[in-house]
Amino acid sequence: MTSENSETQTFRVTRADLVRYAGASGDFNPIHWSERFANSVGLPGVIAHGMFTMALVGRAVTAWAGAADSVVEFSVRFARPVPVPDTDEGTEVVVTVTVKGETDEGHTKLSLVATCQGEKVLSLAQAVVRKR
Amino acid sequence: MPLDQSFIGRSYAPTEPYLVGREKIREFARAIGATDREYLDPEAARAIGYADVVAPPTFPIIVTMSSSHAQIVEDPELGIDYSRVVHGDQKFAYVRPIVAGDALVCVNTVEDITSRGGHDFMTTRSDVTTESGEKVVTVWAKLVQRGEE
Repeated sequence: MTSENSETQTFRVTRADLVRYAGASGDFNPIHWSERFANSVGLPGVIAHGMFTMALVGRAVTAWAGAADSVVEFSVRFARPVPVPDTDEGTEVVVTVTVKGETDEGHTKLSLVATCQGEKVLSLAQAVVRKR
Repeated sequence: MPLDQSFIGRSYAPTEPYLVGREKIREFARAIGATDREYLDPEAARAIGYADVVAPPTFPIIVTMSSSHAQIVEDPELGIDYSRVVHGDQKFAYVRPIVAGDALVCVNTVEDITSRGGHDFMTTRSDVTTESGEKVVTVWAKLVQRGEE
């Protein structure tokens, strides 16, 4: 889905993705793979690594920019967890990238929105990229 | 007890170099589902001016999270109760992407500590350079230590 200055991309997230991300990143916090542990600390179930969600948003940013090495700045606030049920479908994170203007250096400012089940999971999410 | 604000500005010893492997970048790229050829294929990365595959934007967290955790979060004098900590904010400012073959050194600093409503907010900054001192990326994390029940 693409409008004049924004692009939306949907990412499917399953438990298998979280296990793979845990191994690749070295973040083995059990709230990201053990239902029993997640429940014991008051979570409704296993949640995605915040940094995994940020990585998906990063994919949307580099896809928008059209270059793997284009990102100058990238920041997010983790507002709400992304619960990932133990099903084949898992869940979906929907990322919208919107152009917000230009920096003094001539880079492009992007505003980023990530939602899961219709709720924003990040706030204050933005990136600065070199012009495409 | 709120976190000790006298820690603001404290920097820790430079870390032992983290040697960035080509296969580690590929593994990370696959784990986040990224298929850009510059993450996977050294020839594609050379074509855009890098010596080897480049890392995705959030890859620096691998280098910074474990060292800032070991040095700051586990500093017994600071006394953080990690069971009450959640990740609040994350920011990266890049000079260039990380490239396979980089030997990266982090200097971790407590940039800010504030307390309000019984919660503590600590911002850490990790200045990531090559062994020879070339700046690569600066990484900020804000951790929230929730108040005790």
